[in-house]
Amino acid sequence: MRHLMSPLDFSTEELDRLFDLASDIEKNPDKYSKVCEGKKLATCFYEPSTRTRLSFESAMLSLGGDVLGFSDAACSSASKGESVSDTIRIISCYADICAMRHPKEGAPMVAASKSGIPVINAGDGGHQHPTQTLTDLLTIRSLKGRLNNFTIGLCGDLKFGRTVHSLINALMRYEGISFIFISPEELRIPDYIIDILNEKNISYKEVISLDDVMPELDLLYMTRVQRERFFNEEDYVRLKDFYILTREKMSKAKDDMLVLHPLPRVNEISVEVDDDPRAAYFKQVQYGVYVRMALIITLLESAKN
Amino acid sequence: MLNVGKIEEGFVLDHIEAGKSLSLYYHLGLDKRDCTVAMIMNAKSGKMGKKDILKVECDINELDMDVLAVIDHNITVNVIKDGVIVDKQELELPKEIKNVFRCKNPRCISSIEQELPHIFILADEKKEIYRCKYCEEKFTGVL
Repeated sequence: MRHLMSPLDFSTEELDRLFDLASDIEKNPDKYSKVCEGKKLATCFYEPSTRTRLSFESAMLSLGGDVLGFSDAACSSASKGESVSDTIRIISCYADICAMRHPKEGAPMVAASKSGIPVINAGDGGHQHPTQTLTDLLTIRSLKGRLNNFTIGLCGDLKFGRTVHSLINALMRYEGISFIFISPEELRIPDYIIDILNEKNISYKEVISLDDVMPELDLLYMTRVQRERFFNEEDYVRLKDFYILTREKMSKAKDDMLVLHPLPRVNEISVEVDDDPRAAYFKQVQYGVYVRMALIITLLESAKN
Repeated sequence: MLNVGKIEEGFVLDHIEAGKSLSLYYHLGLDKRDCTVAMIMNAKSGKMGKKDILKVECDINELDMDVLAVIDHNITVNVIKDGVIVDKQELELPKEIKNVFRCKNPRCISSIEQELPHIFILADEKKEIYRCKYCEEKFTGVL
């Protein structure tokens, strides 16, 4: 039986199979509309996350399955002091697969070690959010036709953004990827990632100006500066509007460049960019459902064997 | 120069960085044992300038010595039997350290989950980096 804790849990070959399945689901949704009939997904969300939870629920419902769960720790036995290990043992009796979000890092891993059903990490604190990374990869593969040989700019909060760290680690496994890290000094990419890139001899550069590098990019991954990561409100206010992607900036980009964003956005992408055909962030949400559908099918299959 | 007598059965930890022996005493769990321990601090050393030495009268196999390599792998371990050195042990970094150190990350599940073992995994042998099994936070030392 397999679980998903980190995007690196799957080899690139396994990811190819997962993305092939997701693409087939996109083309032939009816073919998959009953494959999970009689199966139940438990969404155990110890902290609120409407979009991720709804994406999982939408995925399971689109496969003909059912969903149950809670969306706040206050509504679960955790409020009575129950451990994650005990909760998952109980959930294993109620459902066939579980998607867990928890504010404590490593909680889904603890759950997986005690679980009788596959567990998907739906986000654990600032640690991992593997289904977001799978969503990003599927979006790139579907819209660019490949996962190799491109220059990707990652812009905004590169220090605290877990989606950025996961995406870099996942893309490092493909050939010909060049990274451009665009951030203010205070939010630059952590040194341990730079060390890995140097070790693997992967091309990268760090810049502050987004304008200067726009013409070089095949992909631009924008991120939000998250208020909850700052101890000091003053720093947050100073940095939150450091980058704003506008129509004027987009005019400097390649015709086939794509803009991605894990959402929600605040100010970092002006709404005037939404109509640009290169804005792919809402399509990304749809790919998030397809990849979660493919993941549910794959993990349920692994539990059968 | 202060003189501490020989031990007959046990082991001697030599070349401990000056000032670290007291921490080692606790990390080896010697405070919970009924054995004779001599702690020599700030002894003169040709190689190190100053060093600490621990002399312990108990069977070395009863202690978790893995922790030593994590704290300082320059420490030398001499096993003593009948008053003479019978073995000099090399310290190797263990692949996993269980229930010796606690993860300091307040966001780690190990900070709240009952009876969850505290486990660190050797993530990079060359750079001697350990990471928490659960949250992958880097182990930043204990001393």
